[in-house]
Amino acid sequence: MSKKFLHELSQQLETIEFSGMYKKERILNSSQSSKISLISGQEVLNFCANNYLGFSNHPEVVKAAQETMNHWGFGLSSVRFICGTQDIHKKLEAKVSDFLGTEDTILFSSCFDANGGVFEPLLMEDSAIISDMLNHASIIDGVRLCKAQRFRYKHSNMEELEEMLKESKNLKYRLIVTDGVFSMDGDIANLKSICDLADKYDALVMVDDSHATGYIGKTGRGTPEHCGVTGRVDIITTTFGKALGGASGGCVSGKKEVIDILRQRSRPYLFSNTVPPAIVGGVLKVLDILTESSELVDKVKSNADYFRSEMIKAGFDIVPGNTAIVSVMFYEEPLAIKVASRLLEEGIYVIGFCYPVVPRGKARIRVQLSAAHSRDDVQKALLAFTKVGKEMNII
Amino acid sequence: MDEIRDVVLEYVINEYMEDQDEELTYDTALISGGFVDSFSMVSLKRFLETRYKISLPDNRATPEAFDSVNKITELVMEFLAAKE
Amino acid sequence: MAYSARTRAIFENQINTLKDGGILKIERYIHSVQDAEIEVEFPPGAPLKKVINICANNYLGLSSHPAVVKAAHEGLDARGYGMSSVRFICGTQDIHKELEEKVSKFLGTEDTILFPSCMDANAGVFEAILTEEDVMISDRLVHASLIDGIRLCKAMTDSFKHSDMKHLEEKLILHADKRIKLVITDGVYSMDGDTAKLDEMVALCEKYDAMILVDESHASGFIGKTGRGTHEKYGVMGKIDLITTTFGKGLGGASGGCVSGRKELVEMCRQKARPYLFSNTIAPPVVAGVISVLDTLSKTTERRDKLEKNANWWRQGLLDAGFILQPGDTPIVPVMLFDAKLSQDFAIDLFNEGVYAIGFFFPVVPQGKARIRTQISAAHEMHHLEKALAAFIKVGKKYDILGKSKKEIMEMYGA
Repeated sequence: MSKKFLHELSQQLETIEFSGMYKKERILNSSQSSKISLISGQEVLNFCANNYLGFSNHPEVVKAAQETMNHWGFGLSSVRFICGTQDIHKKLEAKVSDFLGTEDTILFSSCFDANGGVFEPLLMEDSAIISDMLNHASIIDGVRLCKAQRFRYKHSNMEELEEMLKESKNLKYRLIVTDGVFSMDGDIANLKSICDLADKYDALVMVDDSHATGYIGKTGRGTPEHCGVTGRVDIITTTFGKALGGASGGCVSGKKEVIDILRQRSRPYLFSNTVPPAIVGGVLKVLDILTESSELVDKVKSNADYFRSEMIKAGFDIVPGNTAIVSVMFYEEPLAIKVASRLLEEGIYVIGFCYPVVPRGKARIRVQLSAAHSRDDVQKALLAFTKVGKEMNII
Repeated sequence: MDEIRDVVLEYVINEYMEDQDEELTYDTALISGGFVDSFSMVSLKRFLETRYKISLPDNRATPEAFDSVNKITELVMEFLAAKE
Repeated sequence: MAYSARTRAIFENQINTLKDGGILKIERYIHSVQDAEIEVEFPPGAPLKKVINICANNYLGLSSHPAVVKAAHEGLDARGYGMSSVRFICGTQDIHKELEEKVSKFLGTEDTILFPSCMDANAGVFEAILTEEDVMISDRLVHASLIDGIRLCKAMTDSFKHSDMKHLEEKLILHADKRIKLVITDGVYSMDGDTAKLDEMVALCEKYDAMILVDESHASGFIGKTGRGTHEKYGVMGKIDLITTTFGKGLGGASGGCVSGRKELVEMCRQKARPYLFSNTIAPPVVAGVISVLDTLSKTTERRDKLEKNANWWRQGLLDAGFILQPGDTPIVPVMLFDAKLSQDFAIDLFNEGVYAIGFFFPVVPQGKARIRTQISAAHEMHHLEKALAAFIKVGKKYDILGKSKKEIMEMYGA
């Protein structure tokens, strides 16, 4: 083992630290909730989780996970095709299809793996993937593993998308790929126009709805419901690791033949265990709750609308949007970091996002609302933002 | 030409064949046929460069160009000719 | 959307081609916990059938162990169901750090980083550590997930013949000029059940200033005297720079994996490995279950000892009956049938006899090396193994292959 190399790595790590890009983890010694406790002993209100519906420690979900384990055990110790498929996995796939209004669904151990494994089996070098520039990293990795030709259009720029559809018209298939909700800005893809363009130019549409499934749209079915294009999106990928309980697991949902091919050929599906029983039981319960009532969907919406409008009234610079992701712009990197750490002192946990996660000079604090937040929690956050904003002469 | 072909064939057999009873011809599809794993093309490239004192640019040393003993031989011949 | 009849027909055709070629994969639906015996629905819609399972990676029999389930229950009560966040935002709990420390201690390494799966660990580790100036030299039979990780990394690639130390040495000499040479191997090879010669590999790495990465997915928990893995078996604990392994097999079988090794390398993964940065880590109930597994395995070697005894008995029983086995000393015991169709027919007959095993053939194993792969577990009791062996012998007699050589079997069944 090369000592020289380890030394070189240490230096690299120091450079990362010096440049302020060193990633440090904050450790929780509680479950994920509206209120969390940090190992420092501090209790804070959490506004940076993807726990949009408050299912991460929902008592019914926890109970369902426990009961499922009693009946189906802890793990499968096998991949799907050998002896790693239980009837509850088929049940979950059917339930997700029902919920999303698709023909069939295939589970993956994460949506990262779903995006990593969806492209390669479907598209060869004679086809093209046309991707929004701000799509999530896991889509980028999936595209890297696929031989299809690559096109990227400026974020939500429909003219450029149309240009690329024209440019690639001689290729066998064209797949337009977009996030449903873009996680850094909290804006929603223009699925209506995308589907219209796809129809016009005979292209397929794929949407990663990780930041939408469960709470966007009138009944939480996601961005296709919100944009009025239910049934017109050919492939949906999404996660159970955010609004739908937040544990782990993801899926690809869509046309039956597409799902069948993925079952035969998608590498993360073939070579990795599927979602463990406890998690399956939890997600089944989440989908039951959401199918019965839109109460939690309504609650996160009203929390987000209230927070957004009050922040604008208070004079903050807010990225326009109508999701539970509210990005507060500070532009300068040190300022965003400083505001976030002041807010933590005030008992509000949020994160400042800087380059390279967002473009240079576009630093921001991303606030994520949840149905787990009470109106009182949201008001506390507003008070803290206003206090710190005045203190620092921002508003 | 014939001599290069046989040198390449011998190298490929020694480097890649697990069972020596496998039949390999000058035209056998090496990479697309699953005989040569594309991860070790670099060894083949280095072998050719050292043996024939040529330099093969990466954009020419592709899986397609290395897919049979005959194709490899053509590539080597081309670069040998350019050298002279 | 343009999922027209034309598009649909193209995918339909692809599926039909697989069906006609007899290589369409069909799942068996299990209506019970994973254990020595399982209840299977196969084909879909058929009545449930109780069978002895000898094809799971449930080596230590912990997949449905009451103590593990109980620990996971308690994990749910104490730390909730999910994190709804990635590690760096608000997705790290004290139990995640505890598990990382326990894994390091168990494997004898400096530090550990968790991944959602070992597939993700293998996909992320190379790109996080290596650059264009480096070379990755992998055994030609390494697992598919390592191959994906290698494909995602910009370093140069090369490979050596399976377990051929002379060939590996040639490659280390060939690439002497590279900044980093990383040798990549599985600890236990899942299709053959053989182990990598880690003592010789470490010696070569030391001689030529190379690093070594070992995927211990089919070894962690039960290979070596105290179950630490292949590196324990070959006396090179502390000398493996990177170990990747899974919690989805011997160590409980739920999900999750990790990279464990030199502390700087692990730190580079934390900063740069994409599946770590962009995906939730392992969910609290699974973390709690794995912690209890490691606690138990650190206290007693009872389960791995039972597994070893079971596997030895099974291997000997098959040999005595006249089957040809792939040599090895792991709980993976491949019964060689050579012909693809024979391996499929044999598996179906076994299933009818109440024994569930899988026949593997090309391209999963080389042409002409089809086999039934059996995997032994500490969950198996003697009566399970006796019944399974009786079934193997019955079916072996039916096809008249007991005591026959490879050549004789090929003559009877080969094309």
